Amino acid sequence: MGKVKGKSGPLARRPDNSAFKQQRLPAWSPMLTANTVLPFFYLMALICMLLGVWLLLTVQSTQEIKLDYTEAGTCDICFEKRKNVSNAAQTCTCTVVFPIKKALKGDVFFYYGLQNFHQNLRRYMDSRDDGQMVGRKTNLKNPSSYCEPFTKNQNGLPIAPCGAVANSIFNDSFTLTYHGSSGPSIRVPLLRKGITWYTDKNVKYRNPKNDNMTLAQVFEGTAQPLYWQKPVYELDPLDPTNNGFINDDLIVWMREAAFPNFKKLYGVLYRASQPFTKGLPAGNYTINISYNFPVQYFQGRKEVVLTTLTWFGGQNHFLPVAYLVTSCLILLIAILLTVAWWKFGKNGKRMEE
Amino acid sequence: MTFWTGMDCFRKKERELERKLRANDREYNLSFKYATNAIKTSKYNPFTFLPLNLFEQFQRIANAYFLFLLVLQVIPQISSLSWFTTVVPLVLVLTVTAAKDATDDINRHRSDNQVNNRKVQVLIDRKLRSEKWMDVQVGDIIRLENNQFVTADLLLLSSSEPLNLVYIETAELDGETNLKVRQALTVTGDLGEDSEKLADFNGEVRCEPPNNRLDRFTGTLTYVGQKYPLDNEKILLRGCTLRNTEWCFGLVLFAGPETKLMQNSGKTTFKRTSIDRLMNVLVLCIFGFLAFMCTILAIGNCIWEMNEGSQFMIFLPRQDGNNAAFSAFLTFWSYVIILNTVVPISLYVSVEIIRLGNSFYIDWDRKMYFARYDTPAEARTTTLNEELGQIKYIFSDKTGTLTQNIMTFNKCSINGKSYGDVYDYTGQRLEITEHTETVDFSFNPLADPRFMFHDHALVEAVKLEDPEVHAFFRLLALCHTVMAEEKKEGELFYQAQSPDEGALVTAARNFGFVFRSRTPDSVSIVEMGEQRSYELLAILDFNNVRKRMSVIVRSPEGKLCLYCKGADTIIYERLHQSCSKLMDVTTEHLNEFAGEGLRTLALAYKNLDEEYFNQWKQRHHEASTELDNQESKLDELYEEIEKDLLLLGATAIEDKLQDGVPQTIEQLSKANIKIWVLTGDKQETAENIGYSCNLLREEMNDVFIVSGNSPEDVRQELRNARTSMKPVEDSMFLPERTLGKGVKVIADELVNGEYGLVINGHSLAYALEGSMELEFLRTACMCKAVICCRVTPLQKAQVVELVKKYKQAVTLAIGDGANDVSMIKAAHIGVGISGQEGMQAVLSSDYSFAQFRFLQRLLLVHGRWSYLRMCKFLRYFFYKNFTFTFVHFWYGFFCGFSAQTVYDEWFITLYNLVYTALPVLGMSLFDQDVNDVWSFQHPQLYIPGQLNLYFSKKAFFNCALHSCYSSMVLFFIPYAAMHNTVRDDGKDVADYQSFALLTQTCLLFAVTIQLGLEMSYWTAVNTFFVMGSLAMYFAVTFTMYSNGMFLLLPSAFPFLGTARNSLNQPNIWLTILLTSILCVLPVVTYRFLLIQLCPTINDKVMFKVRRAKATPAPPPLRTRIRRTSSRRSGYAFSHAQGYGHLVTSGRFLRRPALSASSGFANIGRTTTGFSPMGRSAGYSPTGRPQNAKVPDVEVTSLQMYRTIRDPVF
Repeated sequence: MGKVKGKSGPLARRPDNSAFKQQRLPAWSPMLTANTVLPFFYLMALICMLLGVWLLLTVQSTQEIKLDYTEAGTCDICFEKRKNVSNAAQTCTCTVVFPIKKALKGDVFFYYGLQNFHQNLRRYMDSRDDGQMVGRKTNLKNPSSYCEPFTKNQNGLPIAPCGAVANSIFNDSFTLTYHGSSGPSIRVPLLRKGITWYTDKNVKYRNPKNDNMTLAQVFEGTAQPLYWQKPVYELDPLDPTNNGFINDDLIVWMREAAFPNFKKLYGVLYRASQPFTKGLPAGNYTINISYNFPVQYFQGRKEVVLTTLTWFGGQNHFLPVAYLVTSCLILLIAILLTVAWWKFGKNGKRMEE
Repeated sequence: MTFWTGMDCFRKKERELERKLRANDREYNLSFKYATNAIKTSKYNPFTFLPLNLFEQFQRIANAYFLFLLVLQVIPQISSLSWFTTVVPLVLVLTVTAAKDATDDINRHRSDNQVNNRKVQVLIDRKLRSEKWMDVQVGDIIRLENNQFVTADLLLLSSSEPLNLVYIETAELDGETNLKVRQALTVTGDLGEDSEKLADFNGEVRCEPPNNRLDRFTGTLTYVGQKYPLDNEKILLRGCTLRNTEWCFGLVLFAGPETKLMQNSGKTTFKRTSIDRLMNVLVLCIFGFLAFMCTILAIGNCIWEMNEGSQFMIFLPRQDGNNAAFSAFLTFWSYVIILNTVVPISLYVSVEIIRLGNSFYIDWDRKMYFARYDTPAEARTTTLNEELGQIKYIFSDKTGTLTQNIMTFNKCSINGKSYGDVYDYTGQRLEITEHTETVDFSFNPLADPRFMFHDHALVEAVKLEDPEVHAFFRLLALCHTVMAEEKKEGELFYQAQSPDEGALVTAARNFGFVFRSRTPDSVSIVEMGEQRSYELLAILDFNNVRKRMSVIVRSPEGKLCLYCKGADTIIYERLHQSCSKLMDVTTEHLNEFAGEGLRTLALAYKNLDEEYFNQWKQRHHEASTELDNQESKLDELYEEIEKDLLLLGATAIEDKLQDGVPQTIEQLSKANIKIWVLTGDKQETAENIGYSCNLLREEMNDVFIVSGNSPEDVRQELRNARTSMKPVEDSMFLPERTLGKGVKVIADELVNGEYGLVINGHSLAYALEGSMELEFLRTACMCKAVICCRVTPLQKAQVVELVKKYKQAVTLAIGDGANDVSMIKAAHIGVGISGQEGMQAVLSSDYSFAQFRFLQRLLLVHGRWSYLRMCKFLRYFFYKNFTFTFVHFWYGFFCGFSAQTVYDEWFITLYNLVYTALPVLGMSLFDQDVNDVWSFQHPQLYIPGQLNLYFSKKAFFNCALHSCYSSMVLFFIPYAAMHNTVRDDGKDVADYQSFALLTQTCLLFAVTIQLGLEMSYWTAVNTFFVMGSLAMYFAVTFTMYSNGMFLLLPSAFPFLGTARNSLNQPNIWLTILLTSILCVLPVVTYRFLLIQLCPTINDKVMFKVRRAKATPAPPPLRTRIRRTSSRRSGYAFSHAQGYGHLVTSGRFLRRPALSASSGFANIGRTTTGFSPMGRSAGYSPTGRPQNAKVPDVEVTSLQMYRTIRDPVF
């Protein structure tokens, strides 16, 4: 491999004297010494401790109310009804009453939760056509084969939105009513828009270009998903701009959860009017549920979650506790290492050959 | 070799049993379809390149495996990953390899073209025509000129030189630089250069089929009804060069691929390193493990599908109504795809790159560059580097490897006075260095300027005409078989059979006794400026039994004198009683010389009585004409006349060691490397060198010498040696274990103290027999140093094979000559010393450099680093890939075993190629625990490599466990932190895409920090690679998740906005921090505890380095230890019988230029070429590189001995 160089003379083949070629590049050689490791461990223990305490305090300041309504209240009737597929078209509403003992202060977020619903199955997750949902006309009429078997309906019409994900959209709807200790029942106002990622709403999901056509015309020639009662362009009867692929509920659903137990945002408390300007006051509440989504097939549960948030997000105690445990662990190890170092390695006796 | 011949035979449809051809008859010869002279070493042409190359590449198991994966991915039911995750790496790997193969092949095409298009003169249609080499055919007659390469294997027909001789250099063929003689048959020689006659030549040749034996040829030539036998002496082989011959004609016998050169150029066995072998085993284990994981997941899937999946079918119907079992089957294959990263394809590419880089370091190393020959070290194989860090046994040649094969006249003792040492004014002996003042020989116009001597006293004694001193040098000038050559007046050049003789004669020359020329019966010397001619009456030649040689000369004054030189023990037995006093003094000197490792000779003379001599000569003549018992009778006669000698003194010749050999050997033995010297030398010489190069030491408890002449003796000697090393024999529990195939592995046995073993050639032959080889191996391996003397090349290889067979150890063979080739090829690693003899050893070696001392740098620095780097690389690589993969395994339990990946597909594609490739490559190319100076100071650092400590099955298992832990942290922490969390604005962050992003970011941080912990040498490049790769990750991620990419290809980049929406969340970053801490914590704890409680040698040295904070002072130069030993070196002349009879017989003839001056005429026809055995013995004092290409080839000994049938006696 002796490179032939342009040089000549007696030392023509002498290798270059560069730091790189002679492996003499200046370098930093760190080593695990007591001077670095022990202070680092104590410091890390301290940092984790502080973080843990701070996070714990933060998380403690949030409030969360969970309500499993699968068979609660009057919903057991609906639950039984949904067991039979032939009743799928029939509506069923039920009511669940629950108290809020301590007022939820600040922004209150309303979630629906599902348990044991595997949105993260590979075939389920793949069963969608992002090209269709971003408004590609070819995909609208000719959905991707990934959507099988929810590509076309019995009549051979292409389904929009296609695929198992869209097909299985969560279609319960809720109305929350506040029964104050005095005065009439007040329907709790929920903001049902602005509950998606900005990028999803504005980039990832778009309706096909509609050159002055109505949405219904645009979607003409497509069929609604098999399990849907309404076509995609009539999802939100109140707000025509919240229809089609850019419907907020659809977008929220389409962002598949990573785990079988998950909750998804349904709405945010609208704090414009009394008595909700400071949040949800204490008192009794009822939820009116239009009970459509069957869960008994997969032994699932449905729940409603009301929660307040901080900068850290919702009420998740894991991280604060984990930090506190880690901190204790590091401290323990640090002490152990200090002892080991003090007894054995302190004077470098074992370093003698 | 036989294997390749076998292959060739298979390749041919029908095996050629005999070759028949007729000169100048193309039609007849064509009927046999012999190969033409076009050679093709290239593998591909533009059309076949792609299919052939791909076919070859897919024969590699890794590539085939990935092709298989690719096929799986195309099946939609199975495909769990997009095709590009496999295709991108695979295409990259294939392209890189194909590019390398293509450039190699282009080079081969080029050299093929160059060779095929060389011109040569061919006799066609009765005329000489210039033709391309490739158009030459069997049966053609071609004309070669001086310094031309021989075109094909030729039968020599005629030549310009007298007696139809030609001279050829065979360096390219067998590595020997000396010229060889070939001679044509007289009947063809008479054809001369007459093209008419040549064109009429219609001889028919029948000969052996093509084979690879370079030294053998059988065949017959039938011409004009006569049959003539053909042998190797009449054949010119392709690859030789014609020298000193104006022209010659030859008949093509074998052409192109059928020439012996090409038949020999079959690929040598492909060497693999032990890490390679280990890796193959590990890969198999990994496959097994992969299957195991997939099975678990498939079973999980089956259960899940039965319990839950069937109920979930309302949302996700199974295709074609498959049942749970079938779904599990598909899942199995889907997981094979997902988990394929446990067998990383990029591993193989990276390993090759690392090895290549580390090979370049060897090429670039200035400290392994030898300026005198302008020779840098060269890594000729780029795949064995890390094995250099694991060498346990070194097998070394002696001559030319440990020694320079240069003899210098160093000291002498004349008449009881010792010369050669230099003393200062206080009487202290001075160490002779390069700067010591040398003696000025300008008084002698014929002196050899390269000769160096430091003691002025000897010159003074010569000038004072001390009679003993004069007699001493006269003896040296007369008693030898050296040939002198005087091209120009006063420019003498000696051709000696052995370098020792050359050194002695040169010494005499410089001290004023110049041997000038010889005829069969006279020797002319210039004695102190005065020309004298001595009549040479007899040469009593050297042989191994006599261990001495004598000459009987008559001085110009008419005095008869016998001069004798020989091994001191032999001479002493034949001395006259009168010199007993001198004997004592001289013995003391001899001991001193021997103690310094010098080769000694005793010199003696005797004045002869004319009458007695005449009578002796008469008897001698009778004896030499007698047919039976001639030799023993001659011996008796010699014995009779060589007695009652008078001692003159003794000479001491230094067999010059190469620079730094003792230090190197000391370093290597400190590194626990066992050094075996395998030499063709005699026992005494070898032993002596053993002492002078520090291999054998006075401090050793014992040095055993095995020289038995029967198997029983040898066995007994070996047993005795072992019992004295280890009195408690536990042969009942021979520590051995059986490997597969029934081959035993002998573990090392511990002995107290250091021992050496010297074994003789004939004893070795017994010791290598099947029944005794274990005995020999056990004894030898208990010794620190082993010297085998008088070893044939085959035995060298046998010894290496023996150790390879029974010891699980890495062996290295180092040598310089053609006789070392077998051992170089046999050993795990072969090293050639370049620049001394031919290129044969270098050509078959894996590494080559110019000096033995570079071996310590090759092993202790390059080898150690390479091994360290490779092991660190492998450990880390497995860690990072296992960690990466296991996370999928854990996720399987949460996603219904549906083969859903945890990460984004693009991350899977780029993880090994982009995000983690460069940092680990940087580590494996730059890492060093301590620098080279410290490596030299602590050779013990080498020992972990021999014990496979850095990477073994255990280390691999630890890696897997570590990965398992890390992957659990990396999966479950993000899981727990995320599964119930939302963003600070209440929106989703527990979705699959955010989780994927979070996990992959955690993973990347964890493996990068782990890399930082592994790396002990942070150069700017490393830092750049590490930081750059992280930056690259974020850059690529943000790009892939950007609006533009999504809108371009919505289905390929569905992660739109994930990075923006989740990486701005504090709890994401807190999770990353927590996983990083938890991943690092046990590693740091474990390592720190290890350093504190049981530090390894590396830790100790690194601790020292930190303390010293500076490079240590270079080790003090070892002064040469003087030994006062009774060990006496023998008469260390050449190995072969002397050729004194040739000198005196007059059966030699000079080159024309010289024949005139010697007054010796051509009186006959030559019969055979003379080829001396052993090494070429061109005497070269210091400094003249022997391999320097001299355009006009010098006259070598060969050409001066064209023997003539004309006996004198």
